[in-house]
Amino acid sequence: MKARVHVMLKNGVLDPQGEAVRHALGAMGFDQVEGVRQGKVIDLELAEGATEADITEMCEKLLANTVIERYEVELV
Amino acid sequence: MRAAVIVFPGSNCDRDLAVAFEQAGFQVDMVWHKDAALPEGVDIVGVPGGFSYGDYLRCGAIAAQSPICKAVVDHTKRGGYAVGVCNGFQILTETGILPGALLRNAGLKYICRTIGLKVETSDSAFTEGYNAGDVIGIPIAHHDGNYFADDATLAKLQDQDRVAFTYTENPNGSVGDIAGILSENRRVLGMMPHPERAADDGHGGTDGTALFRALSGILTPA
Repeated sequence: MKARVHVMLKNGVLDPQGEAVRHALGAMGFDQVEGVRQGKVIDLELAEGATEADITEMCEKLLANTVIERYEVELV
Repeated sequence: MRAAVIVFPGSNCDRDLAVAFEQAGFQVDMVWHKDAALPEGVDIVGVPGGFSYGDYLRCGAIAAQSPICKAVVDHTKRGGYAVGVCNGFQILTETGILPGALLRNAGLKYICRTIGLKVETSDSAFTEGYNAGDVIGIPIAHHDGNYFADDATLAKLQDQDRVAFTYTENPNGSVGDIAGILSENRRVLGMMPHPERAADDGHGGTDGTALFRALSGILTPA
């Protein structure tokens, strides 16, 4: 089983890297870009028997810092 | 008086922190991150600066899961003293010992220079050697020092007089210009600036000495 975890900064938390990418795109002439948020994608390869609850625990304890980040789990 | 300085793979301020403790009269044990217990009779734990585990995932995230960090959490739960500097502050927030988190600097650049630091409270074992309102010169050296806490947490820190230090000129975007905070029982300090790098004449400044000297007088074992 494989799972893909998307980790993004919460709305309202400043993302200076996303902001720098937005500036760069604007400087390249992509005037249509109004906002950029940058996050992480973490692919997990899991042994048989792993549950969604296990993945949630991994996210809560390590993969995301829920003070500043939110996450979504996608089973693939 | 005994201090334990934790050493992670990638720590690089551990020896500086140990020397600062020693000069203030502490006997110092260096404690490896894989150890599951602190030495007997430790009065204060120092979590040093550096780049533990290469800052992979998030600064301090992997260090916070190391065996010794469980012992540090237990030590602080028993009312033990701890100080985390720079990466050590990031680790203390990742363990949940201190609230909030450290984000990438708002200007995206790694900043390494001496900054003005205002002492916000002298009501702690760490800051009682200063007067509230004092401005001291302490070096910073970080890429992820942008302190973030939600509005409720920030209000609580301010209401409880738990902001230890603020920047006189905010270098990194921290909310409320916050450079260092105290735990609810005022026995844990986390700060981004490096007082151990301003604790000897050879450093070019000694404004950090008062922090270590103040600690040496009042500690009782946890």
